[in-house]
Amino acid sequence: MSGFWAMGGYARYVWPCFGLACTVLAWNLWSAHRHHAAALVRARRALEMQDE
Amino acid sequence: MWTWFYRLASPPYVYRTAASLIPWLMTAAALTIGYGLIDGLVFAPPDYQQGDAFRIIYVHAPSAWMSLFSYSLMAVAGAIGLIWRIKIGHAVAAATAPIGASFTLLALVTGSLWGRPMWGTYWAWDPRLTSELILLFLYVGVMSLRAAFEDPARGDRAAALLAIVGVVNVPIIHFSVVWWNSLHQGATIAKIGKPSMPGSMLWPLLSMLFGFMCFFGAVLCMRLRGEVLNRERQAAWVRGVVK
Repeated sequence: MSGFWAMGGYARYVWPCFGLACTVLAWNLWSAHRHHAAALVRARRALEMQDE
Repeated sequence: MWTWFYRLASPPYVYRTAASLIPWLMTAAALTIGYGLIDGLVFAPPDYQQGDAFRIIYVHAPSAWMSLFSYSLMAVAGAIGLIWRIKIGHAVAAATAPIGASFTLLALVTGSLWGRPMWGTYWAWDPRLTSELILLFLYVGVMSLRAAFEDPARGDRAAALLAIVGVVNVPIIHFSVVWWNSLHQGATIAKIGKPSMPGSMLWPLLSMLFGFMCFFGAVLCMRLRGEVLNRERQAAWVRGVVK
């Protein structure tokens, strides 16, 4: 098992790449979700202003 | 066929279709990325020259492919918005830019981390690396230009124009390893004839590529829904959505 984590001596290059990839994928999901949620709030506000 | 095509120009249709696609694309992405990671990290044999460092390919190559694919999509969508004045074209282009920029950054950083043990340096002003860096600047330029205009329609047109001009960089990136002497290795899969990789290494790579494409599609759908809402917030159909 320790051989797997050592990645043949390249662990300090391999694992940061996979960690960064996970971070980028997670950021994309979070940011897309937040973008849509913010648009919903803005649309709701715009409709409320129209109704007033 | 044309009815389906015309429907794609309808914001409410795009908003609802994108919502229905997200769970399918996310499931496909989770399954294929999960398989690719396990097969690529655990079962694929080490490379005879690069050892285990070659495993970086499983995140580097898909992110680099996605950086080119999303830029091409952004330019085509921008052109559709510019030429046929279809608003959804600009919405797709705006939704694509931040996703493409993030994949470009990922490709550059993972490439740099792969370059250190293989080439002895994190960075070289090599044609492939330099043209990929220019791609990141183009993404940032397109996003900044869109945001710089008070009138969103003018911002969309200016950003589309820059995206279309910048698309010339896409074939330059792809063929840079053929046209010039480069530290970067040549094509592995997209070679005429046989890919220079055994199946045990190739399948996880193809799986990761497919997974990244599905993930890109899912995130694009999510962002596109936000873009459509932002642009259509005065429209009558939005009332039914935000209730």
